Amino acid sequence: MLAPETPVIFERSRPARRASSMPLLDVPAATDAIPASMRRVRQPVLPEIAEPDLVRHYTRLSQRNYGIDLGFYPLGSCSMKYNPKLAEDAAALAGFRRLHPLQDESQIQGMLELLVELERALCELTGMAAVTFQPAAGAHGELVGLLLMRAWHEANGDQRRRVIIPDSAHGTNPASVRLGGYEVTEVPSGPDGLVDIDALERLIGPDVAGLMITNPNTLGLFERNIERIAGLIHGVGGLLYYDGANLNAIVGRCRPGDMGFDIVHMNLHKTFATPHGGGGPGAGPVAVAERLAPFLPSPRPTLDQGTGSYRWDHGDERSIGRVHGFHGNVGILVRAYAYIRALGAEGLRDVSSLAVLNANYLAARLKDTFDLAYPASPPMHEFVLTARKQKARGARAMDVAKRLIDHDVHPPTVYFPLVVEEAMMVEPTETEAIETLDAFVDAMLAVDREIDTDLHVLHTAPHTAPISRPDEARAARDLRARWHPPEIHAGELAGPDAKPSI
Amino acid sequence: MRFAPHTDEDVARMLETIGARAVDELFEVIPERFRLSELPAIAPGLSEAEVLRDLAARASKNRSVEDLVCFLGAGSYDHHVPSVVWPILSRGEFATSYTPYQPELSQGVLQALFEYQTMICELTGLDISNAGLYDGASGLAEGVNMAIGATGRTKVVIAGALDMRYTGVLRTQGTGLHVEVARTLWTGEGTADLDAIAAAAADAAAVVVQHPNFFGCLEDVAAIAEVAHAAGARLIVHFDLTAAGILEPPGALGADIVVSEGQPFGNHLNFGGPYAGVLACRGDDVRRLPGRLAGETVDRNGKRAFVLTLQAREQHIRREKATSNICTNQTLNTLAVAMTLSWLGPQGLRELGERCLAKAHYARERLLEIPGTEPVFDAPFFKEFVVRLPAGARAVVARCAADGYLAGLAIDPGRAGFDNGLLVAVTEKRTREEIDGLADVIARACKEVA
Repeated sequence: MLAPETPVIFERSRPARRASSMPLLDVPAATDAIPASMRRVRQPVLPEIAEPDLVRHYTRLSQRNYGIDLGFYPLGSCSMKYNPKLAEDAAALAGFRRLHPLQDESQIQGMLELLVELERALCELTGMAAVTFQPAAGAHGELVGLLLMRAWHEANGDQRRRVIIPDSAHGTNPASVRLGGYEVTEVPSGPDGLVDIDALERLIGPDVAGLMITNPNTLGLFERNIERIAGLIHGVGGLLYYDGANLNAIVGRCRPGDMGFDIVHMNLHKTFATPHGGGGPGAGPVAVAERLAPFLPSPRPTLDQGTGSYRWDHGDERSIGRVHGFHGNVGILVRAYAYIRALGAEGLRDVSSLAVLNANYLAARLKDTFDLAYPASPPMHEFVLTARKQKARGARAMDVAKRLIDHDVHPPTVYFPLVVEEAMMVEPTETEAIETLDAFVDAMLAVDREIDTDLHVLHTAPHTAPISRPDEARAARDLRARWHPPEIHAGELAGPDAKPSI
Repeated sequence: MRFAPHTDEDVARMLETIGARAVDELFEVIPERFRLSELPAIAPGLSEAEVLRDLAARASKNRSVEDLVCFLGAGSYDHHVPSVVWPILSRGEFATSYTPYQPELSQGVLQALFEYQTMICELTGLDISNAGLYDGASGLAEGVNMAIGATGRTKVVIAGALDMRYTGVLRTQGTGLHVEVARTLWTGEGTADLDAIAAAAADAAAVVVQHPNFFGCLEDVAAIAEVAHAAGARLIVHFDLTAAGILEPPGALGADIVVSEGQPFGNHLNFGGPYAGVLACRGDDVRRLPGRLAGETVDRNGKRAFVLTLQAREQHIRREKATSNICTNQTLNTLAVAMTLSWLGPQGLRELGERCLAKAHYARERLLEIPGTEPVFDAPFFKEFVVRLPAGARAVVARCAADGYLAGLAIDPGRAGFDNGLLVAVTEKRTREEIDGLADVIARACKEVA
């Protein structure tokens, strides 16, 4: 049971209370060092709270939140698997956590060694030649991949205009394409949920910079025509981009590099089990084929064969430059490295084996009650249901999802991919036991039965969560994106334009 | 080791339900020529004890600020991380949750983000803060994209001494949108050159200034705002929020967008990441805001509730028309900022600023007592400053490391226009004894190196 309401922290404030302690001021004060015109006049409103209540506040907030450590989290396309605690211990080692990013190479040999070994492991698993660790998340990796595409074509004196993505693609793909300076061309999915090859043939041309795709795709289906797709794109001089969102399905089983991909991003917070943190931090390293390696962001860690020491390689003028303030989310890279070392080759292969087994088991048990969106294609690590039949009986996918909360499971992803009506996308991951999967099936079947016996309870669900369904329209219409002291009206601080409705 | 719970019996039962003979059969959809027949060339798995022993051995090959006294900053600072922060944020309910798209199960993170946004508005003097970005560099790049969207222009003018890493990220990430990055130099004082900005800003989307700047000098934000606004450009200030208790917030001085690196509040050095990107703007720019925004509303029963709002700006709704491509951000690090600001409170934040200020000024005085050492800039500064050493800065820094000190950053003469420059950062953690020690080891190193 999640905890009841807790006040906004500012509402707990009492003047002159504090949690902080400060090191002694053991040198002369320098108050006059700042010109009066730059001195802060009004002190900011911050919480004034003693440490015990600060701890209770955040602990109570945590109890109003759901995580994998509490239970099943079958969010399709998110790979919400168990995050090993050993990785947390590894990242907390002072030799990693308390390392300054600008320290001299001689002081960071263990760090650089780890990064070089992680690069080698990721190359082995993806079939690529070189990696940049700078991208902070998957979407950041996508942008880097597109900038690499751009640099490659420009180096060949080639101006290209378009990037092709499937209509089932995640929203970050088209958003990244635009930021990379390209136009989006959508290729439709066929009735089997796979890229419509005939349509793709009609869409390609010499102005195509490349194609971005996940495989298995966002519908959880393996693009078995990938060799043909790669041939078509490479045939017009384009590059093939692998969105690693679904790498969990194939790790140790097959490799993007072997399928013809030129650029691959990985979500370490998915496949390599680093915790998602309520929205991050993740890490989105990008791996490329040999011919693209010189274009990668710099610097990159490397082993100097001459000296036997590790150092930064600053590349040459072909590098696209820097995409991160420092070296990427190294704390996450350390966790992913620990995970790879723990699992080893066989363990990594088990990841995809059991993730696909779990998804197929759930699909087999649910398909008579909820329609599979693509019954003719066998699912990989996730599958898409359509709540068409349930909608006809009065309950939408959202109602089913919200009612599942009352059964102590986090709902699957709903209304994505956009190409499926009433989509419910289920990704169990490999770390769930058969009992957990069976309990989920029982919950789904119970909710389905309720459509006929007590539809109202679905429409008003959830009933046992900290809140019932929030009024999202009101949140956008009457924007309150910060707390205000009670005596000041929101409009006075934010001005008349602070209440948009979009 | 493995984390999956499957027994052989479980697998057999599941295969039977599926109607498959073996797990391999589930992968037959992959064309045979791509299926790997052998295991990847990755070392065999290890037990937990073995993994941690291996990692500890690697960590011990590094010399961290655990055993080096840190005066190195330049965008990443050795401030105190309150003990309350990570034990609480490591709770599985926070650390192992996904992006709060299901508000009924995410009230904890959503409320914490709403509280964070309030604190950032207070520190920056602006109306709206988003719920966090990757880091200070990406925050700046997103701020520039907002200005480009708002003005329809693509030029960005860098006012004076901006961290070259930030300039680098702006250049790289701006290539797709054809962003033109124009640098203006700093004056002899170390601060931005108003005339140069005015000359460059005529057709600019934004003027970008770091305050305090890369050399630690305080900038005249109000004057730069006037120049930027006269040219129709937005003013973006990359502000060090650890100074927010003692410096007037940029929003009150005319900044349109304030971005920052949240690392100093509760985030460990982590060899450069994960940190926390901060971005705040004026109310009338909210539709251009990148990333997530938490908002307050009510549930069906009229109870206070928090949700992600104005999502029509974001990639999962608006796709290629979104204000940014960001999805996963760095929420946990953002919550570390909020927890640390709550720990500090207004009094603590002011004391933090005063201590950094006092200790940095004491350190500069001590270093300038070293024979041959000279000041470089005269502008007022906060917690970081540059001195010119009588010997090669790189060699001095290397020598000091042997004595247990990270003396600072040796400034690249090619970029700075002066040689032997050392950029020194002093946080509230440094003691008088450590500062005196730094002056001693630098003095000794200068003699030895020269």
